[in-house]
Amino acid sequence: MSLKLGVPSKGRLMDKTFDWFGQRGIELGRAGSEREYAGYVQGIDNIELVLLSAGEIPRELAAGRIHLGVTGTDLVHDKLGQWDRTVAELAGLGFGQADLVLAVPRCWVDVNTLDDLDAAAAAFRITHGFRLRIATKYHRLVREFLRENGVADYQLVDSQGATEGTVKNETAEAIADITSTGDTLRANHLKILEDGLILRSQATLFRARKAPMDDADRKTLKTLLKQLELD
Amino acid sequence: MTDRAAIRAEAARLRAMFEAEGAQPVETAVLQPAEVLLDLYGEDIRARAYITSDALRGEQMLRPDFTVPVVQMHMEHGAEPACYTYSGEVFRRQEDDPDRANEYMQVGFELFDRAAPQTADARVFSLLYNTLKPLGLRAATGDIGILMAAVDGLRTTERRKNALRRHIWRPRRFRALMDRFSGRMAMPESRAALLAMADPLAGAAPMIGMRREAEILSRIKALQEDAVSDPISENEVALIDAILSVRETSDNALEHLRDIAVDLSAIGPAVDRLAERLEALEKRGIDTTKLDFEASYGRTNMEYYDGFVFGFYAETRPDLPPVATGGRYDALTRQLGRGREIPAVGGVVRPGLVVELEGLT
Repeated sequence: MSLKLGVPSKGRLMDKTFDWFGQRGIELGRAGSEREYAGYVQGIDNIELVLLSAGEIPRELAAGRIHLGVTGTDLVHDKLGQWDRTVAELAGLGFGQADLVLAVPRCWVDVNTLDDLDAAAAAFRITHGFRLRIATKYHRLVREFLRENGVADYQLVDSQGATEGTVKNETAEAIADITSTGDTLRANHLKILEDGLILRSQATLFRARKAPMDDADRKTLKTLLKQLELD
Repeated sequence: MTDRAAIRAEAARLRAMFEAEGAQPVETAVLQPAEVLLDLYGEDIRARAYITSDALRGEQMLRPDFTVPVVQMHMEHGAEPACYTYSGEVFRRQEDDPDRANEYMQVGFELFDRAAPQTADARVFSLLYNTLKPLGLRAATGDIGILMAAVDGLRTTERRKNALRRHIWRPRRFRALMDRFSGRMAMPESRAALLAMADPLAGAAPMIGMRREAEILSRIKALQEDAVSDPISENEVALIDAILSVRETSDNALEHLRDIAVDLSAIGPAVDRLAERLEALEKRGIDTTKLDFEASYGRTNMEYYDGFVFGFYAETRPDLPPVATGGRYDALTRQLGRGREIPAVGGVVRPGLVVELEGLT
C-alpha cells in the first residue's frame, strides 16, 4: 500500500499545488509526456501521486480511493453531503481564492439584497408565468443558501460554463458563480447582491476520513504532515 | 433492518382498516411529472426528491408523496364526497442525514368533503389516533388557518399581507418581513438611497435580461408606496407573536386564542372553527384536555397544509421522524384544480415505523 495524494491534473491549480509542496521540500511532478496523467513524488517515500480533475477529487476522497486531495472548498461543499464527516480540512493553500456569489443585472436598480431578489422573483413569476431562473453549476450550495434565507419562486438552471452570459442571452435572469476579482461580472453588466456571498473558497488540502490505511500509511501520513508543518 | 415482508403486511393491514372506514383504494404512478411538483413546492423539492428524465417526457420525479397525484386524480374525475386510501413506496432524497430512509412505505387516507370540514378533520384525526393508539404516541396538533386569518386581519396594505402570506411557511423570512413592515428594522441603505433618487434609472447600466424596465419601475413604485405606508402597529405585532407562542393543551389554547380574538377580531371565525373541531373530536372520544396544540406547528415542513395539522411522535425515540402526519390542504386542491376546488383533509402513516416501534413493546 501507499498513501495516495490526489492533485488537479492541469492548469494553474496544478502548477500552484506543485509549487506549494515544492516549497515544503516535496517535489511533485508529472511523469513522461504532457499528455500522460502519471506523476512522481520526491522527497518523501511511500506516497503516490494521482492526477485527477479538480471536480472529481471530492468524490474520490469520499469513496476513500485517495487519502489526501487538493481541490477547492466550493467543490467539496457542493458535491459531498455532510462533507465534514467524510473529509477533514488540513490546510488552506493560499491560492485559487474565489467567492461563490449571487449576481443580478446591474440595471436592476431595485434589487440589492436577497430580500429584494425574493420580492422580484414573486413578481417575475406572476408576470412571466415561470419561476425566475438562476444559472449555476453549484446547485446544492445555491439551493441551501436560498432556502436558509427564505428566497422562493426561483429555479436553478444548469450552466457549466460562460454562466455570466446567460442573462444577456435570456436563458437566465440571475446567476450564481465563482468570481475572484468581479471583472467578468462587471463586463457582463452584473452586480453582486450585498448579502449574496454564498461561500469563500480556496484551494485546500483535504484528508479522507474513511480511506483505509495500514501502519506504514499512517507513518507516512505522520511524516508528511510533519514535513508540511501541519502536525 | 426491519423485514420488508413485515412492513408490507402492516401496510396491508392499515389499508384494510382504512377501507373498512369507507375509503376507496387507489393507485398512482411512481413516476410523476416533475413540473407540477416543482411549481408547487419550488426548487427546494429537488433537495428532497429524486429527479430523473428522458428525452420524451422531460423531468420525472419518483413520487415523494401520494397527496398530489391523488388530488389530481380526484379533481379530474372524482365524485363528491370522496374518500381514498393508498399504500406504496415514496422516495425522499437525503442529502444530509445518512440515517434517514430514502425509500419507505406510506399508507394514506384522504377525505374530500364539502359539507362539514371540522367533522371531516375530526374523522381523519381520530381514525389515525385510534389506529396508532397501541403505540402510545404523542399527538401534536396545530392550525395554520389561525395565523393566516391573523395576517388577513392586519391593518396594513394588501401588498404587505401578500408578502406575509407567501412566507407563512418560512418562519425566518416571515419574521424579517414583520420586523421591516413594523419599522423595528430599518430599511437597507441601498433601498433608502434608491428611494431618494429623482430618476432611479438615470445612468443605469444597459437593460439586459428578460426582466424588463417596466417591471423594475413597477417594483420601485411599489417600494415608494410602501415607504409612505404606516408601519404595522406594535400592538398588532404583539398579537401575532402571542398567537405564535400559543402552546398548551387544546382546551387552554382555545381559551387563550379567544382572548387574543378580542383584540384581533379577524381570527374569530378561525377560532370558532377550532372550537367546532375540538367538539367534533370530543364526540369521537378524544380527550381534548390532554391533546397538545401549538399554533406554529407545521410551519416549517408542511407547506401545502393550510388549516388543521397534526403529527404522531414516538417520545421514547426522538431520533425517528413522525410515525404519521396529516392535515387540511384546501389551497392545494385550488392550485391543482384549474379553477375548481374542494375542501380536503388527509393523513399518512409509515408502516415501517409502526413495525419498528411494535418490535420494542
